[in-house]
Amino acid sequence: MAAVYKFKPYNVGRWVIWSLFALVLLLAPLVFTSNLSTTMLAQMGIAIIACLSYNILLGQGGMLSFGHAVYTGLGSYLAIHALNAVSAGKWHIPVSLLPIVGGIAGMCFAVLLGWVTTRKSGTPFAMITLGVAELVFAMSLMFSEFFGGEAGVSGNRVAGEAFFGITFGPQIQVYYLIAAYTFVCVALMYAFTQTPLGRILNAVRDNPERVEFIGYNTQRVRYIAFIIAGFFAGIAGGLGALNFEIVTAEVVGAGRSGAYLLFTFLGGATFFFGPIIGAILMVIAFVLLSELTKAWLLYLGLIFLFMVMYAPGGIASLIMMNLRVAKFGKLRQIWTSYLGLGLTAFVMLAGAGAMIEMVYHLQLNSALGDTVKFMGATLNAKGLDSWFGCAFVMFTGLGLFELCRRQYMIEWGDIQTEIEKEIKRRETAV
Amino acid sequence: MSTTYALELKDVRKNFGKTEIIRGVNLAVEPGERVAVIGPNGAGKSTLFNLISGRFGPTSGDILLNGQRIQHKTPYEINRMGLARSFQITNIFPKLSVFENLRCAVLWSLGYKYTFFKFLSGLKDANERADQLLEMIRLDKKRDVLAVNLTYAEQRALEIGVTIAGGADVILLDEPTAGMSKSETSRFIHLIKEVTVGKTLLTVEHDMGVVFGLADKIAVVVYGEVIAFDTPEAVRANAKVQEAYLGSSVADSQAGGH
Repeated sequence: MAAVYKFKPYNVGRWVIWSLFALVLLLAPLVFTSNLSTTMLAQMGIAIIACLSYNILLGQGGMLSFGHAVYTGLGSYLAIHALNAVSAGKWHIPVSLLPIVGGIAGMCFAVLLGWVTTRKSGTPFAMITLGVAELVFAMSLMFSEFFGGEAGVSGNRVAGEAFFGITFGPQIQVYYLIAAYTFVCVALMYAFTQTPLGRILNAVRDNPERVEFIGYNTQRVRYIAFIIAGFFAGIAGGLGALNFEIVTAEVVGAGRSGAYLLFTFLGGATFFFGPIIGAILMVIAFVLLSELTKAWLLYLGLIFLFMVMYAPGGIASLIMMNLRVAKFGKLRQIWTSYLGLGLTAFVMLAGAGAMIEMVYHLQLNSALGDTVKFMGATLNAKGLDSWFGCAFVMFTGLGLFELCRRQYMIEWGDIQTEIEKEIKRRETAV
Repeated sequence: MSTTYALELKDVRKNFGKTEIIRGVNLAVEPGERVAVIGPNGAGKSTLFNLISGRFGPTSGDILLNGQRIQHKTPYEINRMGLARSFQITNIFPKLSVFENLRCAVLWSLGYKYTFFKFLSGLKDANERADQLLEMIRLDKKRDVLAVNLTYAEQRALEIGVTIAGGADVILLDEPTAGMSKSETSRFIHLIKEVTVGKTLLTVEHDMGVVFGLADKIAVVVYGEVIAFDTPEAVRANAKVQEAYLGSSVADSQAGGH
């Protein structure tokens, strides 16, 4: 009946999406051929696995962890030590399986540390993850045999016997190894959301108390989920070790943990694909944005701030909300509003950006003179006219943006009521 | 003991700090009985349910479910032994659909435990049971609606659905009709009767009409003690009950019409 009618197109859609995903992974390095882009694509694959594994905790289990880098990082360390053992001829496992070593390491540490961590939920859970993260980072400075001290541990991924001429020397070969792992891990993590444990994990996120009264031990549910997240985190870490051929203490640091949290949230923790967007943005921000401007952390902080305040569901939720509008054929009605919002926001941000760049220039580069190049314009960081001009641009943009936003909110509200009415109408028609 | 009671409480006591909330409750419910627990606000009815379902442990005394002691067990252990409860304040999974709420609630009883090597869509028995429950609680049209978007009465129905889903044979319902209109209440009581056929039922209820219509037996709780436990007619005739409770029931049901 209804169920049969519903399932069929659904599954076709699923095949299309997964095939597209595989195709993108396969073709991406053929489209973006420069060295930089291959490196970035490899990092994106790793980040996707890491952020999705983090989202098993945050989005699916409601566990706000401040120490996820512990599991990716320790996975990296174990993988690089295993790589060195292979290089030294002590171990005989193919290099392509080293990420699994990382995964098993991540899982084992999650078994050990997660047992303490997942005894609590909510704020105590967050505190404990913070404590564990600090503990592991402190240990990384103490045990320099294992963690390699300041210099870290380096390795050479061209080790063991080449398999059909694949040495993993060239970056492109490593990319395809990472891509294969990314595809399999994403598929496995998606599959996890469709299993009984995956669904009960959502229930634990929503209402842990009630879960206890339908027969489940919530601690056990959190613990198993934590171990699974640790496994995938470790795989990401192991891939990172192969990709960079060096592992330093920062991979278990608070900064890395914070980045996973921030970008998973930015991408959208409430939808499965959200963290994938977040991971891609993470690599773009860390590699490109940091090159482009010294103020990149400030921009990142501002973006995060506005996201938490105005779109707590992340980019994924914005996409899904607009897809819903599109599904009811009403995207055309607000199309112009989006254009207006985009243009005015651009003007406003250009003004604000110019001023931020001038401040940074005065603080850090004033020895190089007073001129700042910003988006093709030459500004004088000490000139009143430059400051006045930038402020004028920003406030004009802000004013126009606010006008557009008000108009947009009205239209958006109208469309939502129309959609609600439409749904009611269809319900009664059935 | 010649017979095994479905649920038996022996001198159960509970203190919160120095305050004694439950002061030696004795109660023995036979399998298949429908018991209404009544009593003035603050008498300890909800606390009693919390003790039985394992939310808190009693300070002293024994609680037996089908002859087995459960007073030091956790809620999930008690649930696995065949006791399920609902809550006075709606307690469901707001961000899951109605169907998912019910499916979660049947998983343990069908033996799926913490499985992550099977797909939910392939669990034929769980899906059929969840769909069957959907029809039982008349929410089949709301199958894919998020629980948070249901109306209040629908959420109350889902609450009952989640409670009975696991097939427990002892059911505790804590004020199932709280906050419902008169007509909703009568429809709802009909539903409760229907879905708990053959089960042992304990329910806290304020509406006297409902109590006398639904229950085989009534337990009257006043100040942490069961002062009467008998058939509705006998309880109505009981002088102690009239003095302590029924005399003020009209005022109470008006005041308690939240």
